[in-house]
Amino acid sequence: MDLADLLEIAETQRTKQKPTRVHCCTSTGCRAARSLEVLHNLKSATEAAGLQDQVEVVGVGCSGFCGRGPLVEIDPKNVLYEEVKPEDAASIIDTLKGGTATATQGDLNHPFFSRQLKIVRQHSGKLDPESIEEYIAVGGYRSLYKALYEMSPAEVVEEITKSGLRGRGGGGYPTGLKWATVAKMPGDQKYVICNGDEGDPGAFMDRSVLESDPHLVLEGMAIAGYAVGANHGFIYVRAEYPLAIQRLQKAIQQAKKYGLLGSQIFDSHFDFKVDIRIGAGAFVCGEETALIQSIEGGRGNPRTRPPYPAQSGLWECPTLINNVESFANITAIIREGSEWYASIGTEKSKGTKIFALTGKIRNNGLIEVPMGITLREIVEEMGGGVPDGEVKAVQTGGPSGGCIPASLLDTPVDYDSLMAIGSMMGSGGMVVMDQTTNMVEVAQFYMEFCRGESCGKCIPCRAGTVQLYGMLTRLLKKQATQADLEKLKDLCYMVKETSLCGLGMSAPNPVLSTLRYFTEEYEALLQPPAYLNGKVTAGSVENSEL
Amino acid sequence: MSVKTLKIDNKDIAIEEGATILQAAQENGIPIPTLCHLEGVTDVGACRLCLVEIKGTNRLLPACVTEVAEGMEIQTNTEKLQEYRKMTVELLFSEGNHICAVCVANGNCELQDVAIQVGMDHTRFTYRFPDRGVDMSHELFGIDHNRCILCTRCVRVCDEIEGAHVWDVAMRGAACYIVSGLNQPWGEVDACTSCGKCVDACPTGSIFRKGETTAEKERDRAKLEFLVNAREKHQWTR
Repeated sequence: MDLADLLEIAETQRTKQKPTRVHCCTSTGCRAARSLEVLHNLKSATEAAGLQDQVEVVGVGCSGFCGRGPLVEIDPKNVLYEEVKPEDAASIIDTLKGGTATATQGDLNHPFFSRQLKIVRQHSGKLDPESIEEYIAVGGYRSLYKALYEMSPAEVVEEITKSGLRGRGGGGYPTGLKWATVAKMPGDQKYVICNGDEGDPGAFMDRSVLESDPHLVLEGMAIAGYAVGANHGFIYVRAEYPLAIQRLQKAIQQAKKYGLLGSQIFDSHFDFKVDIRIGAGAFVCGEETALIQSIEGGRGNPRTRPPYPAQSGLWECPTLINNVESFANITAIIREGSEWYASIGTEKSKGTKIFALTGKIRNNGLIEVPMGITLREIVEEMGGGVPDGEVKAVQTGGPSGGCIPASLLDTPVDYDSLMAIGSMMGSGGMVVMDQTTNMVEVAQFYMEFCRGESCGKCIPCRAGTVQLYGMLTRLLKKQATQADLEKLKDLCYMVKETSLCGLGMSAPNPVLSTLRYFTEEYEALLQPPAYLNGKVTAGSVENSEL
Repeated sequence: MSVKTLKIDNKDIAIEEGATILQAAQENGIPIPTLCHLEGVTDVGACRLCLVEIKGTNRLLPACVTEVAEGMEIQTNTEKLQEYRKMTVELLFSEGNHICAVCVANGNCELQDVAIQVGMDHTRFTYRFPDRGVDMSHELFGIDHNRCILCTRCVRVCDEIEGAHVWDVAMRGAACYIVSGLNQPWGEVDACTSCGKCVDACPTGSIFRKGETTAEKERDRAKLEFLVNAREKHQWTR
């Protein structure tokens, strides 16, 4: 395979394409709402109408508006149908001959779509994720070629550094710095790991990227491998994402067949193979050192850092580990240049971020927005606000993040602004809550999650989260006093500061952020001290409540 | 080998490169409480008791796995550290059934020692009184999971010194427990050589010799270190 071959595949694919394409989402969310039946019916309706020469029905990845799926889009007519039922299929095909559709037509000019800026999701919902040719037709693997033949590894690292890309897994560590560290480490054997162990409640961005555009991630990983001097990549996906795994397997096979992965990529001296590792489903395995242990075949326990994986990672070799979305940004940066990328977003947070907008909100789904957009623009304009009532809070960053009150909705969405108000970017979960939400219950929910997902290695996280959950439960049962509230705060800070890994360190964040902004809800639950009302103290409550 | 100079609790210290803060402190008579650390086996930094403050970083770092560096300024006993250590021990006492009066390790227990060291006289947290079971299937030894603090010393000693890897950790979070073999009763694990190193390694009364009373209970931790030295440095005398 050389550049001419690649261009030829692209050209063949483009000429093969029929003038009209009907896109039907086949990602997990829409599948649950019978989109595969819709796809089947669309295909047979096309045949029945005798349109098979001009119209192609394509099963595509996620286009984002998950709350109204299954979605069917007609390209290039730019018409979108929402909540399509299998029986609507025939009428949708009918519209191509002037008929009217029985399905609801969506508004593509709605801010939900128009305010988005798609870099990672540029081709999501437009390509058949199981066809490498479609990916090549829209310019796929050109960035890999450019990196291999027009740039030195150091130049690739430099380009990523200059782009200002920061880790999309949530920590926000400068990606270029990470790459440069691994690149500079001595040693013949290095590894690249793609962290696809997305486990935050309410988040499904990485799943969507893997399901909709697997080659984008693979290409990003290969470029990373070239830049840091690694010839072996692992992509770690949780077992709960079977469709993503299946599509990745297929994508790897296709890329290998074309010589775009494996030995001597593009007939160069660069080898890069990618293996999939399936995680059994532990939240802590998203923590990089635990993930590495898991790939090695051990128990997914984090270890203390330093040494960081960049120095000593997989099998003690220098290892570059990035999140799915981080890798998915790479091809665009190489293609368009770092200056272009750095012109998007804010001074310290460049580019775009995908959020999974869920909760009490009209428009649920995935959005990709430039950094610096305010929470209000996301929630009220794009999300359409709360169906009945008003926004009370927005939870960002999952169990590691915090609840942002409505009064702070004008905060721009970037790493540092969110951190400053006690939350964080996280991997991109964004849960909107309305006035009916009890914030103490929210804190309890996240604590229950962390309690269940703690690996048990260090005491603050293993035992501390259990006690915190118990304290919150007693509060909600109106069995706690002011002294218990103080104890809750003290333990939160202790767990935050003394835990071994990020899971424990961030576990108290939902409690601390709700305590900070919704103190009155906690106080309303407090009881007078035992000596005033003659009741027993919280300490004597049954053990089973823990 | 070069030497690093640093300050621990405002005391000037010189120590060889590659040493941990814990080693530097111990060598200079500065006490730092630990539970999961055991001379001779790898450190895991799990008990969080040896956390120290280092000037220039806002994170607390475990002394047992943090290497010394030139010019480090370390505080091992600030008010904050004292409070957090106390809470850590309180959490341990509320997690298992640590009732000293009826424990074979009473008076010979590192958990008890640490509690005294950090000044913990009661726990502010709710006792959980777990029912985790006792395994008496082994001919010579027994394990009382209720007294286990999951320091994993037994796991590491068995794996790294004896080479049998009888022990490991099962489940996660609060449900964690030490498991023998493939979750078999200890007595049925063929890999076990009955060497007793896990008994010597256990800091509490969790793993014990059958029939041993509190008065007889004594541990020989120096034996573990001796074995490691014999293997690595060929020192054959104690």
